[in-house]
Amino acid sequence: MKKQVSLHYEFLKGLWEINPIFKQILGMCPTLAVTVSAINGLAMGLATTFVLIFSSVIISSIRKIVPNQVRIATFILIISTFVTIVDLVMKAKFPELSKALGPFIPLIVVNCLILGRAEAFASKNNILRSFLDAFGNGTGFLIALLILGSIRELLGTRCIFGFQILPDGFSTLMVMILPAGAFLTLGLLLGFTNAYTKWKKEKSKKEILITN
Amino acid sequence: MKKILQIILVLTFTASISGFVLSSVNNWAKPFIEENRIKAISKAIFQVQSEGKKYEKLNINEMEVFKVFDENDKTIGYAVVNQGNGFQGTIKLIFGINEELNRIKAIEILEQVETPGLGSLITEDNFKNRFKNLNTQPLIQVVKGKLPSNDNEVQAITGATISSKAVVRIVNEAVEKLKKHNGIEK
Repeated sequence: MKKQVSLHYEFLKGLWEINPIFKQILGMCPTLAVTVSAINGLAMGLATTFVLIFSSVIISSIRKIVPNQVRIATFILIISTFVTIVDLVMKAKFPELSKALGPFIPLIVVNCLILGRAEAFASKNNILRSFLDAFGNGTGFLIALLILGSIRELLGTRCIFGFQILPDGFSTLMVMILPAGAFLTLGLLLGFTNAYTKWKKEKSKKEILITN
Repeated sequence: MKKILQIILVLTFTASISGFVLSSVNNWAKPFIEENRIKAISKAIFQVQSEGKKYEKLNINEMEVFKVFDENDKTIGYAVVNQGNGFQGTIKLIFGINEELNRIKAIEILEQVETPGLGSLITEDNFKNRFKNLNTQPLIQVVKGKLPSNDNEVQAITGATISSKAVVRIVNEAVEKLKKHNGIEK
């Protein structure tokens, strides 16, 4: 019997412990491509979270009737339905954002984060847990994209969400807006999160030694 | 056998539900998308023909051309949408031109996927303003590294020569096509 974890942990684990970007390294393509500004990161995060939550809930609710052989096909069908809904709604109501994100909204279909959570979690757990897991992972993804987008926008254009933060004297780093900037920022952030995790682990090890 | 039946049933069921949901969403979204498109076009037309009040679509092959009128219903020129290859992908732009087809009034970039920070500077006012009052007779020329000395010359953006040239080429092509079309018409 698998050990049951508390419900709030199902949500919280997505924020840090198994954060899709910093820990699972899933969904890198949209992460690197759209985070040229904070607003793009936010919109992409919201769209992905929406798709993730709804497809996880649906997949979890039909997990017992879907035959194993066609589960991937069924999952992809459900995921692409929600992605198309998001795409149409954005085109209808937020044409500016839809234009900025371009082909990356339809490409959420192949974002491995969504299929990954469907396969690894939603197809094995009940609806409530799947919802919390999807919500947590989506929020973690959104926060990571927001951080990446803000850093790149700040260093590349001196602004965050279009508001100027840094003084005019600060010379902008063009490379941050270019694809190379995405790799640099993501690499440094991954390095910092790994260093922090390692430091924390060693600290807790030391504490155990001292108390013993 | 039971397994096969289950596979068929599950796939048919999910596919039909998904088809139904998508067609309903599409029916709801279609008018909004169409409205957004028209709004974007008319906004762009009045941006490149600032005195324009009304416009009318002309039927010209492969190109969207709008005849623009001022408040007294007098023709003040055309707004032309044209597209072509840029550095990385298609550049779609609209420009306003006078009735004699020899002076550009203004230009707006509608769609582009040029290099961010370099080629994408073609969407900035600094570059677009270089097209104001530009002579299109003979063709518009691109100059590099110096200021334009004739009124049919545009200075290229440093580091984005290909994108700048592409914009000029797209405008030139459209003007030529429109001239030909009007010549046949008259």
